[in-house]
Amino acid sequence: MAAVTETIETVQAATEGTYKWGFSTDIEMDYAPKGLNEDIVRFISAKKNEPAWLLEWRLKAYAMWLKMEEPKWPSVKYPPIDFQDAFYYAAPKEGPKSLDEVDPELLKTYAKLGIPLKEQAYLAGVEGAGDSPADARMPIAVDAVFDSVSVATSYKERLAKDGIIFCSISEAVHEHPELVKQYLGSVVPQGDNFYAALNSAVFTDGSFVYIPKGVRCPMELSTYFRINAKSTGQFERTLIIADEGAIVSYLEGCTAPMRDENQLHAAVVELVAMDDASIKYSTVQNWYPGDAEGKGGIYNFVTKRAQCRGKRSKVSWTQVETGSAITWKYPSCVLLGEDSVGEFYSVAITNNYQQADTGTKMIHVGARTKSTIVSKGISAGHGQNTYRGLVRVAPTAHGARNFTQCDSLLIGDLCGAHTVPYIENRCLTAKLEHEATTSRIAEDQLFYCRQRGLTQEDAVGLIVNGFCREVLKELPMEFAVEAQKLLQISLEGSVG
Amino acid sequence: MLKIEGLTATVDGKEILKGIDLEVPTGEVHAIMGPNGSGKSTLSYVLAGRDGYEVTGGTATFDGVDLLGKAPEERAALGVFLAFQYPVELPGVGNANFLRTALNAVRRGRGESELDAMQFLKVARARMKELSMPEDMLKRGVNVGFSGGEKKRNEVLQMALLAPKLAILDETDSGLDIDALKVAADGVNALRGPAFTALVITHYQRLLTYIVPDRVHVLMGGRIVRSGGKELALELEASGYGAPQAA
Ligand SMILES: Nc1ncnc2c1ncn2[C@@H]1O[C@H](COP(=O)(O)OP(=O)(O)OP(=O)(O)O)[C@@H](O)[C@H]1O
Ligand SMILES: [Mg+2]
Repeated sequence: MAAVTETIETVQAATEGTYKWGFSTDIEMDYAPKGLNEDIVRFISAKKNEPAWLLEWRLKAYAMWLKMEEPKWPSVKYPPIDFQDAFYYAAPKEGPKSLDEVDPELLKTYAKLGIPLKEQAYLAGVEGAGDSPADARMPIAVDAVFDSVSVATSYKERLAKDGIIFCSISEAVHEHPELVKQYLGSVVPQGDNFYAALNSAVFTDGSFVYIPKGVRCPMELSTYFRINAKSTGQFERTLIIADEGAIVSYLEGCTAPMRDENQLHAAVVELVAMDDASIKYSTVQNWYPGDAEGKGGIYNFVTKRAQCRGKRSKVSWTQVETGSAITWKYPSCVLLGEDSVGEFYSVAITNNYQQADTGTKMIHVGARTKSTIVSKGISAGHGQNTYRGLVRVAPTAHGARNFTQCDSLLIGDLCGAHTVPYIENRCLTAKLEHEATTSRIAEDQLFYCRQRGLTQEDAVGLIVNGFCREVLKELPMEFAVEAQKLLQISLEGSVG
Repeated sequence: MLKIEGLTATVDGKEILKGIDLEVPTGEVHAIMGPNGSGKSTLSYVLAGRDGYEVTGGTATFDGVDLLGKAPEERAALGVFLAFQYPVELPGVGNANFLRTALNAVRRGRGESELDAMQFLKVARARMKELSMPEDMLKRGVNVGFSGGEKKRNEVLQMALLAPKLAILDETDSGLDIDALKVAADGVNALRGPAFTALVITHYQRLLTYIVPDRVHVLMGGRIVRSGGKELALELEASGYGAPQAA
């Protein structure tokens, strides 16, 4: 018996590879019929009891989508997606409830993923607040999105004391319709691109954040996205508004079970920063990347954009992209306000057969606007990694500055790294700098580490983390540690 | 005891080591001298297990354990340490992080408990003080932007922290100023004892006045051509390698 169990475990370990978040949860689900048509859009809207204006908005997006074509310009290859062969709505049967009543099966799922949903007594010094190590850290408010719906949001009451709104977007539609109506689609319009249009038609949930004037959010906000159901796409929509002088740091995480099929994740994230406001948006993207042969994995086709509307406003994107079979994403900043600042710090890893085409757009409109782009691409196995970035300076952006640095690291000979920078400068007083490097992990670096007792894999992990340091140091501290581990795990089996 | 017998090795198909025979009894420190290009670094790389240095014959054992069949990290866990002639830069990797990772890897190999960041800092600071190294070297990237002498001192620091059983120092004295040379020698002497064995590769007799070797060997053309007591170093300094058979 023991031998049999052992064999099963060994086989499992071998086939499951190193993706440790690949389990699935057995829970009763409510689905929309398979496929996509106007009725599905109506179905989703009805499920959420949406007001008429939002249904109209969705239908308009759907009509636009029908006329649009999938973008063909990214350097990624995949068979045509059959948009009729997926579910567009899948939600646990038991609807969202208060934190205390969340289905234990869901709580278990998030506990297994290391996501603290339980609120810890916020005041320091209160004992017995948490019972797992995850709870012992700084409190983090979490909105947990499970397939198509938000299942729980923590610390809502505490945040409300400061006038902060942190809830699912479905809830915001009902509780704060004026805000949603004012800002939804104001940064990424419905017809912005193929996937944004699709998202606008069928988005099911996501997070909504509003930080009022002059408020510094007292804790990290985060949303944790979990795709669980089979043959289901996840289309979430996140909207964050930082009013004058507001400051917020937000983190997004995500995982999915291991499945042979490819699942689509097409999100839209809109950020708005008013005068002197600051938004820090960090992503640790860890969708299932597919197996070592390139089977399965998430298609991560995401539109993320920020508008720095106010003077001296600031938006900083930090992303660590380790997962997904294909990543297509360009978190961008439209720098409208004078002296506004946009930043993009990115680490993207492609191992095995993963493909990533990612980068940013910095659109300088206001005077003296400043942007910084630091991109670190790591390719291993047969991975293909493209940095694609646009820096556009309008004639009005006097004295605008941009600094771009793109570094690529190659591990092995079968992978590829590509850098595609576009620069459109229409202002004589703007100053733009661009640096790019491509390197390999040198044999002497590996030997040096191994001579000091590190295994080949630990050595690679250490060197890669060093390569990414400028980006990782932008992450909130506790996530930086997790991101470091993740980088190493993502590269397991890439050398030796 | 380090025991090398008939060791031959090639690099890029070129035979560099042509039959090395060498014994360093446990507790002894031996010096290796020899002209540029004679194979000293090659010998150290072969003993440490660097890729591309292909052993074509012979054996090398340490305390009876075969070294040549083992991965570099396994040799490190056995207590083999190489202070590099040209220490390698690791951009973005903090020196403290690197040193702690290395120390813990070696401690794991020895079945000792790992040190957390606080415990490590305590040990590291003490060693750095002994080596009169400024503390900010812990914060910087491994060897990145270090001066030649600082890199060498960083090697000595690593050796002091890892406390190896067999240390191979490849020209650790080159590039060191006079004070640093003494400090580096103190680092080696502090480890000296019945359980510490070392091979000190150097071009200069000066180092050997601080680290007094038990034996001195001359490596030329991939072979040990002469061996003697510490006075051999003085003689070589006076007459060079030109006439090895003259004495
Ligand atoms: N990759 C290589 N391909 C060809 N020859 C090599 C290679 N690496 C080393 N060699 C040669 O091997 C010989 C021995 O080199 P090694 O570095 O061991 O010398 P050394 O005794 O340490 O010299 P030094 O005193 O200058 O440090 C040299 O002639 C060198 O050119
Ligand atoms: Mg040498």
